Amino acid sequence: MRLSRHTYKTISSIAGQLIFVENVFSAKIGEMVKIIGPLEQKLDAEVLEIDGNIVLLQVFGNTHGLDIKNTRVIFSDSVLEVPLSKDMLGRIFTGSFYPRDLLPMFRGEKKMPISGFPINPAARARPSEFIETGLSAIDGMNTLVKGQKLPIFSCAGLPSREVAAFILEHARLSQSDKKFAVIFAALGVTYDEYSFYMDILNKLETEYMAVINLAEEPVIERLLAPRVALTAAEYLAFTEKMDVLTIITDMTNYCDALREVSTAREELPGRRGYPGYMYSDLAFLYERAGRIQNQEGSVTLLPILTMPEDDITHPIPDLTGYITEGQIVLSRQMHDTGVFPPIDVLPSLSRLMQKGIGEGRTRADHRNISNRLYRHYAEGRDLRKLEAIVGKEGMSKEDQNLLNFADAFEKEFINQQDKRRSIDETLDLSDALLQRFKLA
Amino acid sequence: MKGKIIKVSGPTVHTDLQGLKLYERVLVKGITGEAVRLLKNGAVIQVYEETSGLGIGDEVESLGQPLSVKLGPGMLSAMYDGLQRPLTTIAEESGAFIKRTEKTAYDVMKTKSEIIFYPIKKKGDTVKPGEIMGHAKENDYSFEIRNNSKNTSKITEISEKIIKENEPIAVLENGFSIMPHETLPVRTPRPVVEKLPAKEPLITGQRIVDFLFPLVKGGAAIIPGGFGTGKTILEQTIAKYADVDIVVYAGCGERGNEMAQLIEEFMSLKDPRTGESLMKRTVLVVNTSNMPVAAREASIYTAVTIAEYYRDNGLDVLLLADSISRWAEALREISTSLEEMPGEEGYPTYLASRLSAFLERAGAVKTASGKKGSLSMIISVSPPGGDFTEPVTQTLLRNTGVFLMLDTSLAHRRHFPAINWFHSYSLYSKIISEKFISEISPKWPVLKQRCVEILQREESLLEVAEIVGKAGMQENDKILLQSAERIRNEFLAQNAYSEDALCRPHKTIEIIEKILNDYDLKIKEAAVLQ
Repeated sequence: MRLSRHTYKTISSIAGQLIFVENVFSAKIGEMVKIIGPLEQKLDAEVLEIDGNIVLLQVFGNTHGLDIKNTRVIFSDSVLEVPLSKDMLGRIFTGSFYPRDLLPMFRGEKKMPISGFPINPAARARPSEFIETGLSAIDGMNTLVKGQKLPIFSCAGLPSREVAAFILEHARLSQSDKKFAVIFAALGVTYDEYSFYMDILNKLETEYMAVINLAEEPVIERLLAPRVALTAAEYLAFTEKMDVLTIITDMTNYCDALREVSTAREELPGRRGYPGYMYSDLAFLYERAGRIQNQEGSVTLLPILTMPEDDITHPIPDLTGYITEGQIVLSRQMHDTGVFPPIDVLPSLSRLMQKGIGEGRTRADHRNISNRLYRHYAEGRDLRKLEAIVGKEGMSKEDQNLLNFADAFEKEFINQQDKRRSIDETLDLSDALLQRFKLA
Repeated sequence: MKGKIIKVSGPTVHTDLQGLKLYERVLVKGITGEAVRLLKNGAVIQVYEETSGLGIGDEVESLGQPLSVKLGPGMLSAMYDGLQRPLTTIAEESGAFIKRTEKTAYDVMKTKSEIIFYPIKKKGDTVKPGEIMGHAKENDYSFEIRNNSKNTSKITEISEKIIKENEPIAVLENGFSIMPHETLPVRTPRPVVEKLPAKEPLITGQRIVDFLFPLVKGGAAIIPGGFGTGKTILEQTIAKYADVDIVVYAGCGERGNEMAQLIEEFMSLKDPRTGESLMKRTVLVVNTSNMPVAAREASIYTAVTIAEYYRDNGLDVLLLADSISRWAEALREISTSLEEMPGEEGYPTYLASRLSAFLERAGAVKTASGKKGSLSMIISVSPPGGDFTEPVTQTLLRNTGVFLMLDTSLAHRRHFPAINWFHSYSLYSKIISEKFISEISPKWPVLKQRCVEILQREESLLEVAEIVGKAGMQENDKILLQSAERIRNEFLAQNAYSEDALCRPHKTIEIIEKILNDYDLKIKEAAVLQ
């Protein structure tokens, strides 16, 4: 513990977001640092590396205009923490948690480091409470449960934000009309997208908190914003006992920011230039979703990402899929035929579905119905390839029936435009569909 | 010995502390670490927790021993992190979130359930080093407790008693107290008297595995697959139903919610062999993806050392690791922070030798008291992009006997377990086919041969069907396609969430025989009609 804060004017080099300071008496990894530029501009930074009395700082914010001679560096002797309170709800913040809505900062009930702490796996409660999103492709086929992390894999040009908006508007906990508190984090999005989401958020009946980093804003804040959002989510869930739905868009921008920062730190690049630790880094975010034994409150996480070149094996969707409990995959083909939501259920998956459905959760026949839909739809999809070669007329009666079923399944079941369906409606519809085509 | 931090960078710390041994355990401001590189004027320490808050001048203390685990009765149904810290105790003591703690000493054994020591020696007996002092009983398993001193001496104190951690079960004349638990380094294999060839089948209860790609006790299998292909479910299903005595499950860099699910299921499910809770035969070593990366690297060694302990008590042990790719990534991260020269895909060049050394710890052995024990491994692999040409999968292929390739297209159509029947293989098939013939059914090899033939024939017929359409095919071929579909849907596919999750070998044979008989019958009928 130092007795007074200490200021240095001993910067030896500046490269992008990185600053080397020499002759520092004592610093700690992760310590917060204030940087004051020649025009008295103030920036935050964090201690990244210490080698003897040389300290490497990572600056948050725009480093334009800093110089070596006059820029001052003030060490704070504390690690990055954010204030937390229920008053966060209804507010909009920047990636480094400054008010964006021009209102004064709220007073925190407590402070927490934004990197958070891992939930002890022995203390986790298994997520099993059904969340009704109102979308048949999710509720019926890839059921979401409270405390799950389920990303939406989108492609450029597909309506991922409309899907997210639909879920925001309609998601509720089963058996009750209990709604979620919403935390929304936008990373590197365009103003256009931002205003789209704000419209949706303002229409919600429940309260929300938003952490916004626009495309033009500092890249490093893209790395902070989801951490800030999740720290707030954890606070609301596990201290204020609320059920929190967290939506983060777009994780692709997050990963690109991670790559940019990693390259600036001259780290060894991994696949496609992304750092080798991207799996762990993403896991530190995604794993913050969950429930805790004998406690109320939950963090449910819906990250949205855009698959570069529509490629699901790209490191971003690939690593995400390895961490999250399933994925909802949007398909360009489906979108082109006018289906909304354009969800391709075959590569989509919800790993926690098995315990979230059935008697007492959704309906006793849910598992059976969903398995049958999957099997017949997969067969129908396979037959489309055959149809392209031999033509429908050359196919057997059963095969033609399956083809028709696959078409009807997409047009009538997946496709629902902006109409919300309850789980009963979804299952009744499935049942009717299977009966119409006489499929066991 | 004490020294100071002179540099901190990512998860590594440089210290000026001299005289350390390589891989010796040290405490950096109370946080556990390992000396991974020795320098002229100090050492590089790999720290097992987040380094935030560390600074120049903080204390580094040597502990004089390598990274070790405590072994003995009291580990069953426990849940440890990668460094054998008891996660349940930590949750009770410091809440649901794992905060960095400077507490390093925990009671790692479950002593609440009463484990009793039954001596076979008595006061006044002379015992040599390594001689058995008595046995401890835990959940119907008996564990040997040996004289772990280096000298021969007379017993001055010994009695039947409830085992407590850190309390001796006997005292020798030379003053040595014999503890019920031993402490062993994790990175060195436990010595064995003799390795035996693996010959006993390991029955998993999964039809496709037992029938087409069988495992042996003492063998090693890998399950590579892209995300969503069901690696974890398959591992957990095998953990539930495999015919072994003890299961050590290493959750290495995977999901926390899945561990919660596993615990809940294992608590409520009964061991099909004993009727007791499955948890009673299980030890969990869990380092989820959001727990410190370096401890993830250590976790599989912790798990395998625990597994070896049970093996050396004459038990059949199955070690499940999910997933080894996360371990390899941790290794890569550590290697990168040490600024080592990278090999393929950025992995250190010693990836292959470390992996093969780890896999060699599987095997059937003769224990010190002449019993037979075995340690089998089933390891899941998460290849990036589902591409099996990557270094981790390729290295494992060279060092394991069974390859269960999970297929994304099967998973998409919800065919589980999504094991591809053409590309998977088992090198143990030959070795154990005699056992299957004598103990289960003499028809085993014939049925297997026919099953594979039908599936291969289906593959080529489907190509024809794509051109001429199914309607234009010969009657015999249509029958074959129908039968192949039955094999796939009724035999190879197995629902892990139903009664069908466990299928014993006799039942397996029954099902496939029925399908093949039906096939023969239909072919005959068709011949008569023509």
